[in-house]
Amino acid sequence: MSTDLEVFPPLRPAPPSEPQAAPPLPGAAVAPSYLTEPHGWASWLFTTDHKRIAILYMVTVTLFFFVGGAAATVIRLNLIAPQGSLVSAELYNKLFTAHGIVMVWFFLIPVIPTVLGNFVLPMMIGAKDLAFPRLNLLSWYVFTAGAVITLTAVLFGGVDSGWTFYPPFSTRSSYTYVVPAAVGIIVTGFSTIMTGLNFVITVHTLRAPGMTWGRLPIFVWSNYATSLIMLLATPVLAAVLALIAVERLAGIGIFDPSLGGDPILFQHLFWFYSHPAVYIMILPGMGVVTELVTCFSRKTLFGYKFVAAASICIAGFGFLVWGHHMFVAGQSLLASIAFSALSYLVAIPSAIKVFNWTATMFRGSIAFEAPMLYAVGFILLFTIGGMSGLFLAALAVDQHVHDTYFIIAHFHFIMVGGMVSAYFGGLHYWWPKMTGRLYSRPWSRLAALLIFAGFFLTFLPQFVLGYLGMPRRYHHYPPEFQVLNVLSSAGASILAVGYVLPFFYLFHSLRWGKPAGPNPWQATGLEWQTASPPPKHNFEQTPVITRGPYEYATGGTDHAR
Amino acid sequence: MDLFAAIGMPEVPLFPDQASAHAGRVDRLFFFILAVTGGMGASVGLLLAVFAFRYRRRTAADRTPRITGFPLLEWGWTLGPILPFAVMFAWGLAVYRDNYAPPPDAYEVFVVGKQWMWKVQHPGGQREINELHLPAGRPVKVTLISEDVIHDFGTPAFRKKVDVLPGRYVTVWYEPTAPGRYRLFCNQYCGTGHADMVGAIVVQRPDEHSKWLRDHAEGSAALEGRKLFLKLQCVSCHRTDGDAKAPVLEGLYGRRVLLRDGSTTEADAAYIRDSILYPAKQVAAPWEPVMPTFQGQVSEEEVLLLVAYVRSLGRGDLPRPNNDTPPPIGAPTELPNAGGAKK
Repeated sequence: MSTDLEVFPPLRPAPPSEPQAAPPLPGAAVAPSYLTEPHGWASWLFTTDHKRIAILYMVTVTLFFFVGGAAATVIRLNLIAPQGSLVSAELYNKLFTAHGIVMVWFFLIPVIPTVLGNFVLPMMIGAKDLAFPRLNLLSWYVFTAGAVITLTAVLFGGVDSGWTFYPPFSTRSSYTYVVPAAVGIIVTGFSTIMTGLNFVITVHTLRAPGMTWGRLPIFVWSNYATSLIMLLATPVLAAVLALIAVERLAGIGIFDPSLGGDPILFQHLFWFYSHPAVYIMILPGMGVVTELVTCFSRKTLFGYKFVAAASICIAGFGFLVWGHHMFVAGQSLLASIAFSALSYLVAIPSAIKVFNWTATMFRGSIAFEAPMLYAVGFILLFTIGGMSGLFLAALAVDQHVHDTYFIIAHFHFIMVGGMVSAYFGGLHYWWPKMTGRLYSRPWSRLAALLIFAGFFLTFLPQFVLGYLGMPRRYHHYPPEFQVLNVLSSAGASILAVGYVLPFFYLFHSLRWGKPAGPNPWQATGLEWQTASPPPKHNFEQTPVITRGPYEYATGGTDHAR
Repeated sequence: MDLFAAIGMPEVPLFPDQASAHAGRVDRLFFFILAVTGGMGASVGLLLAVFAFRYRRRTAADRTPRITGFPLLEWGWTLGPILPFAVMFAWGLAVYRDNYAPPPDAYEVFVVGKQWMWKVQHPGGQREINELHLPAGRPVKVTLISEDVIHDFGTPAFRKKVDVLPGRYVTVWYEPTAPGRYRLFCNQYCGTGHADMVGAIVVQRPDEHSKWLRDHAEGSAALEGRKLFLKLQCVSCHRTDGDAKAPVLEGLYGRRVLLRDGSTTEADAAYIRDSILYPAKQVAAPWEPVMPTFQGQVSEEEVLLLVAYVRSLGRGDLPRPNNDTPPPIGAPTELPNAGGAKK
C-alpha cells in the first residue's frame, strides 16, 4: 500500500464559474462527522441517519457478496473436471441455488440503492435525510431478518430448487428447505418495498430549492425508476412464493398438473417479477456510471434528457418482456411473437445510454482513476451483455441457446460485468466522501484491471460453450467441453483476486489513508459540497441550486441548446 | 483445432455439428446478428479507445467544451437500431415458425421423460432408453410428455429444444440430414440426476435405420396397447353392440368430437390421454359421464400405447367383450359404470 491516491495530473482548482450555492467549506467550525457523533454500538444500531444505515447495509451485503462468491468458487472448481468430482451432485445443486439466491436477493438487488443510494441520494438533492428515516432503519432490520432466515435455510439445510423455484420440481420433488428460503425472500421483499417507497417520496418532496427535475443527477433518476419497479413488481414475487409454500405444505394444486395445477402459470408470475428485477439490478448501476463518466471526463452529460428518459422507458418496457424467458416452455406462438418484438424494443433505451456515455467522453479531459476504469469496464461489458440479449430475443436462436451457458454468460455480463463493476466504481468514487480517506491509487487501479481481465476470461468461453449446447446447472459434462470450462475457471480465480483486493486496501485506507478533503475529484455534485465525512445533517445550511448537475466544462465552445 | 492437437490436447470443438437443415438456418441468423452486434460493439469499443487515448488528461489546465447534446444524433441512434432489430426479429420468427408446421407425413416417435431418463417408443413397438434412432432425410415428429417434473429435450445438433411438461403433450420435429451420433441433453433443471439425463440422437442412413427397426421390433405399440385395453376391461363399456355405455372408438382418431357442453374438439392424442386420466374434463356428446379415471393405474408410457391402439382402430377392429370370463388380474375391481343410469 505505497502511494496514496493523488489525481494525476492534479486537477485545477474549482472551475472559475461559481460553484453550487453557498456550501460551507470545511475548516470552518462545522458539526462533527456522522461517523464520530454520537458514539457507541447502540447509536449505530438505532440510528436513523441515512449515512449510517448505508454503512449498516454495506456491512451486510458485503458479507453476502462473499458468501455468494464462495459458492461460485466451489462451482467453478467442481467444473474443472468433466466428472465434476469435487462435490456431489446434491451439494452442487444446493451450491448453485445458494449462489443464485444470495447474489440476486441479498446482493445485486439491494446493493446500489441501499448502500450508495442511501448514502448519497439525499445529499444529491440537498436533503438532510430520506423522507422516512425510521422506515429506512426498519428496512435494514427487515432485510437482515429475511437474510438470516433464507441464509440459514440455504447454508445449513440446503435448497436444491435453483433460485427460480420452478414447480412442480420445487413443490413435489425437492426434499430440501424450500419453504424457509421462500419465507426469508418474502420478508426481504418488504424491505425492498420500504426502500422504494422512501426513495420515491424523498425525490418528490425533499428536493432543495432550485433542484428541479431537470437538474436531478442521473443517479437520482435511475434510483427513482428503480424504486418504481420495486414498488410494483415485488408484491408479485411475494404472491408467487407464497403459492409455492401453499402447494408444498397443504398440497393444494396450483402449479402441479398432477394436482390439477399449471406449471406455466408459475413461470408467468415469477418472470413478471424477475424480469423487471433485472432492471432493479442494472438501472442504479447505469446511474453510477453516468456520475463517473461525467466527473472523470470533466464534461457535461451528453443528452441529459435522453439518458433520464431512457431510465423511465427501461422501467416501463421492463414490465412487458417477461415472456422471453418462456420461448421453449410451451407458451403460445402469439405470445412468443409479442415478447420477442418487445424485447428488441427494450434494448433501445439501453443503447441510448451507451451512446451518450461514449459521446460524453468526446473532447473531455479523461483521468483514469479507479472509478473511471470501472466505468469504462462497465460500458464495454454491459454493451457485450446487452448485445448478447439480441441473440436471445430472436426466437429461433433462443430455442437453440436457451438454458445453456450462453444464457449464463449473457446475464453475468450484465449482472457481474455491468452491475458489480458499477457498484465497485461507485464505491471507489464515494469512498472518500463516506470515510474521509483516500485509498491506494496503484492498488485500486490494479484491482479494477484484474477484475476486467478476469471477468473476460471467465465468461467469454461460456458463450462458446452455450452455443455448443452445454446446458446450465450440470454437475458434470461431456469431455469435449473441458478446455473451455478450465479457461472459465482460470478466469474466475483472477476475478476472485480482483474482488478480494479492495477489501484490503479499502480497510487499510480507513486508518492510514490520507484525508480526502471535501471534494478530491473536483466533482460538481451537491454531495461533494460538504465535508468528508459529512456532518449528521449533511449541509450546514440548505443549499440553493442554480444550475444542472454536470457543469464540468471549463471553456471552449458551447453547443448547448 | 489443429493447434490443440499439436500440443497434445483433446480436440476442442468451437462450433456445434449441423445435423439438420434447420440448424443451418439458425446458424445463418446467428452469424447475421453476430455481424451486426459485432459491428456495433466494435464501433463503441473503438470510439472508447480513441477517446480514452486522444482525450486523456495531459495537464491540469485542460479545457473542456460544454456540449450538452445534439438532438439529431440522439434521434439517429434512438431510431437507427429499429431497422436492424426489426430484421433480427422477423428473421428469428421466420425460422422459428417452422416448429409449428411439422410435415403431415413425418415419422412419429413418442418420448416420456422421467427423473432421470428418456424413454422412447417407436410406432413399430421398438423402445429405447436415452437413445433415439432416426432416419436421415425423412422428417420426424416427436411427441413428448413428462412423468414427473419439467424436463427439456435438447438437441444442439438440430438447434432445437422443447420443455417437456407433465400433464401435457408437446411436439417438436426435425429433418435430420447428416448420419452420425449427436448429444441429447435435458436442459431444464430436474433434480439430483439432471446431468445424467443425457443421451444420444443416432441419425442413420434410411437402410440402416430400417434394419435397426427390424432388429428391435417387439410387437407394435398398437398391439401392446390392445393387450392393455383388454387387461383394463375398457371393452366392457367401449363396445359396438347395444350395451355400449361409452363412445365407439373405431375410426375415432383425428375426427372432430361433439362434447356434452356443445363444443367440439379434435380427437387427438391429448384428447384421448385426457379422456383416460381426466374423463370428466371433456365428455363426448350423448354419453353419461360414467368413466372412472385411470390416473395412478396407467403410466404415461402405457397411455401412449393406448393412444397408439385407439389410433389404429378401423371399423370392425374392436374385440367383442366376453362377459363369461372373469376380468384379468390387474383390471379395476369394479366395472367402470359409476353412474349406472342406463343399466
